[in-house]
Amino acid sequence: MNCKTSREVGGMGHSLKRKEDSRFLAGKGNYVDDVKLPGMLHMDIVRSPYAYAKIKSIDASEALKIPGVIAVVTGKDLEQYNLHWMPTLMSDTQMVLPTDTVMYQSQEVAAVIATDRYTARDGKEAVKVEYEPMKPVIDPYKSLDPEAPVLRTDKEGKTDNHIWHWEVGDKDKTSKLFEEAEVVVKEQMHIPRIHVASIETCGCVADYDKVNNHLTMYMTTQAPHAIRTVIALVAGHVGLTEEKVRVISPDIGGGFGGKVPVYPGYVIAIAVSFLVGKPIKWVEDRSENLQADSFARDYHITAEMAGTKDGKILGTRFKILADHGYTDASANPSKFPTGLFSIGTGSYDYDTAFMEADAVYTNKPPGGVAYRCSFRVTEAVHAIERITDRFALEIGKDPADLRMQNFIKKDQFPWKSPTGWEYDSGDYHAGLQKAMDTLGYWDLRKEQEEKRKRGELMGIGISTFTEIVGAGPSKDFDILGIKMFDSAEIRVHPTGKAIARFGTKSQGQGHETTYAQIIAEELGIPAENIQVEEGDTDTAPYGLGTYASRSTPTAGAAAAMAARKLRDKAKKIAAHLLEVSEDDLEWEVGKFFVKGAPEKSKTIQEIVFAAYTNHPQGMEAGFEATHYYDPPNLTFPSGAYICVVDIDNETAEIKIRRFVAIDDCGNIINPMIVQGQVHGGLTQGLAPAMYEELIYDEEGNILNGTFMDYLLPTAVESPNWETGHTITPSPHHPIGAKGVGESPTVGAPPAIANAIVDALSHLGVTHMDIPITPYKVWKVLNEKGIVQ
Amino acid sequence: MKKQITITINGEQHAVEVEPRTLLVHLIREQLSMTGTHIGCDTSSCGACTILLDGKSIKSCTVLAIQADGKSVQTVEGLAAPGEMHPIQEGFKECHGLQCGFCTPGMMMRAVELLEHNPNPTEEEIRWGISGNLCRCTGYNNIVRAIQYAGAKMQGKETPSTEPTFV
Repeated sequence: MNCKTSREVGGMGHSLKRKEDSRFLAGKGNYVDDVKLPGMLHMDIVRSPYAYAKIKSIDASEALKIPGVIAVVTGKDLEQYNLHWMPTLMSDTQMVLPTDTVMYQSQEVAAVIATDRYTARDGKEAVKVEYEPMKPVIDPYKSLDPEAPVLRTDKEGKTDNHIWHWEVGDKDKTSKLFEEAEVVVKEQMHIPRIHVASIETCGCVADYDKVNNHLTMYMTTQAPHAIRTVIALVAGHVGLTEEKVRVISPDIGGGFGGKVPVYPGYVIAIAVSFLVGKPIKWVEDRSENLQADSFARDYHITAEMAGTKDGKILGTRFKILADHGYTDASANPSKFPTGLFSIGTGSYDYDTAFMEADAVYTNKPPGGVAYRCSFRVTEAVHAIERITDRFALEIGKDPADLRMQNFIKKDQFPWKSPTGWEYDSGDYHAGLQKAMDTLGYWDLRKEQEEKRKRGELMGIGISTFTEIVGAGPSKDFDILGIKMFDSAEIRVHPTGKAIARFGTKSQGQGHETTYAQIIAEELGIPAENIQVEEGDTDTAPYGLGTYASRSTPTAGAAAAMAARKLRDKAKKIAAHLLEVSEDDLEWEVGKFFVKGAPEKSKTIQEIVFAAYTNHPQGMEAGFEATHYYDPPNLTFPSGAYICVVDIDNETAEIKIRRFVAIDDCGNIINPMIVQGQVHGGLTQGLAPAMYEELIYDEEGNILNGTFMDYLLPTAVESPNWETGHTITPSPHHPIGAKGVGESPTVGAPPAIANAIVDALSHLGVTHMDIPITPYKVWKVLNEKGIVQ
Repeated sequence: MKKQITITINGEQHAVEVEPRTLLVHLIREQLSMTGTHIGCDTSSCGACTILLDGKSIKSCTVLAIQADGKSVQTVEGLAAPGEMHPIQEGFKECHGLQCGFCTPGMMMRAVELLEHNPNPTEEEIRWGISGNLCRCTGYNNIVRAIQYAGAKMQGKETPSTEPTFV
């Protein structure tokens, strides 16, 4: 990789080892459950065994008899302070604690406060709740039946379970195209409900100080600044105005979108701390995390593609039914109820598309978070990449050839998609070609042909996706009205070392290293000498946080822009020190020198020292800058993934033989970290493709709400990923970067699904819903008479 | 109700009172304030709480503190003196075997025992060997490399390249 800086400076392109690792490796990370404050009490939560029930009574008397149990808090208690409901990010409402009805299994019913964790759990077991169960609505399709009970009776005038309708594209033009097209293919797909299941669950320590009327909230949050504002908006009426609230997001043990929402447990902890004046710790256990925290996906999609017999894609049409559970608590930008699903026209050059979605309430937990994906992009990519393969199968064309035929060409960028996005840059042909060459694609196709003759099952699946990340430009993107910029503040100390603070929050992405590298690149100060801090709202500049692969596109850009402001100042100081005009100076990494006289120069360290000791008269002393970066456009990373599977034609065991992932995330800050992000994302793509799904029975009981039966891939299931890259810089991003954390999660599932369907396509299989398990495959083989 | 037990943690003897039901992980984390050992589940599935009990890697959420009476425990804090690194820690750092760091202590403690029994594990042996420990960030590729690196280092052999293979 070409680097402008030396390894010692460690700017962009260097695989620097991570600065944050030392504390994690020594067991000195500071996660929320490690926070221990004097007088701290512990909270546990009583949860509903029913998916839909009236609460007839809550009897806490036995619990309160247990020594060490301090209080039991119910919805009626919170109602006195008008804190029993809270707003969701999507302008819906969610119960903090119910006053009369529970809406899903494992919903919070009451909170027990005690002197220690075990006593709190004892108290929880002793709280007696009498329920009157009701028939729940579980199937989202049945939720719209006229005879289905209306679930949200709290909403005045609500007569059905429909939440919203959304559409984009040209409906009439698309209908006409589909009526007239030579070839139309259609599949019904379910992108199942899954859970991010970061290894650290969610939790907080709410520490309200009655003397100073001040709340410090240690919290597993990916967006501490936005949370502070939300707390002030929700609790301002009881005196917690924004300057009285400090949110600290300590080290986070994985986020993946699951630590964006505000969960009831956080709010109860704040309310209780406010009332009793002591720190309250709440850390959910794994089962609570899986059963009650925000889910991801759960889109039922009817996907259609129209084209010509010789393989030209002409249009797509997607119809979605979105199961949101009992409230719409999605974590999307406010104007985007389906997130960025409209990226689903894919990497292909055509101009006709129509997409629509209807969202419904059911008696399931609320949510709609990312699972390592930029706002519903995984659902969109799955639909387009699966239906593209379906189209190739229909007309008998190799899916690689079909994609090469239809890709938007490198010189067509910026490219306007039929749903209104302007793709910034890409070279899709180069990516797929590289993946095919790495794999030896055509040899594998020959092998597959031979194997089929022998009755052996082998499949090759491709996914050539376009991501959409870096939300986002303020004209379209906000959360609760707050525009989705992000920020960086750089302070350089007199001796030339720096501290930089950001509005984002790493959850493992390595910001302490990569942000330092961006600043090193721009200023020539060694990355080693730049300390990066995030997650404390008292010290960091305001930003919207880390999710949707937005950190590099927004805060990373802000780092470069703030550093450039400092370079401008440095130039003025250098001109002063060297007694030349600014126009006579040139920048080379780490120093300004006089044009034509390179021996006359000042290093950045000399310049910074002068900013404190000898600054030009009339100039502000010091050396610091802040930048709030409002991106002009989103960024559009892409990738070409190919998966090869072998299926045992007796046991139906599916083995991923090879998986090649070629990613294009623009310019690369740290190849080691980018590769690590890709590896991790691929395993999180494998997970829903073959293993993970939250399953509910018709009574709304979750059937796999623990790690015993919700199957995360281990090192055994996860194959040895083969990764590589192409580089197409983003033309509008200050350092040409695009973001990468989620591309592999988005791109991998359809590559795997396409490979498995490809292995079975000669048997007449055209589609299988993920997760594709050996049992699902065995059923197909059994139906076809291959196994008994 | 409380029982007095004696337990040696990272070479230091502690006499502590615990409830009979206290889990070893809670004794370590809460009573003894060594928070490097983590809790990631409630079904002994994730391995974030893995420690060495008399040299054997065990999930400390599944052992009662009183079962460790008279025994010796090693946690991540005991791998190396402050500011120094055990080969397994070095391997994880050099090979980018960690991201959020939450599973890392348990993963390393498991790997230490694995390498003790099998100093030259194959990739497959490593993958099976750590299959009781879940990682949600890394996709395991670099954890495998980190353990191979540590295995070489512990035997005084030349360590494999730690450059990323991202081409």
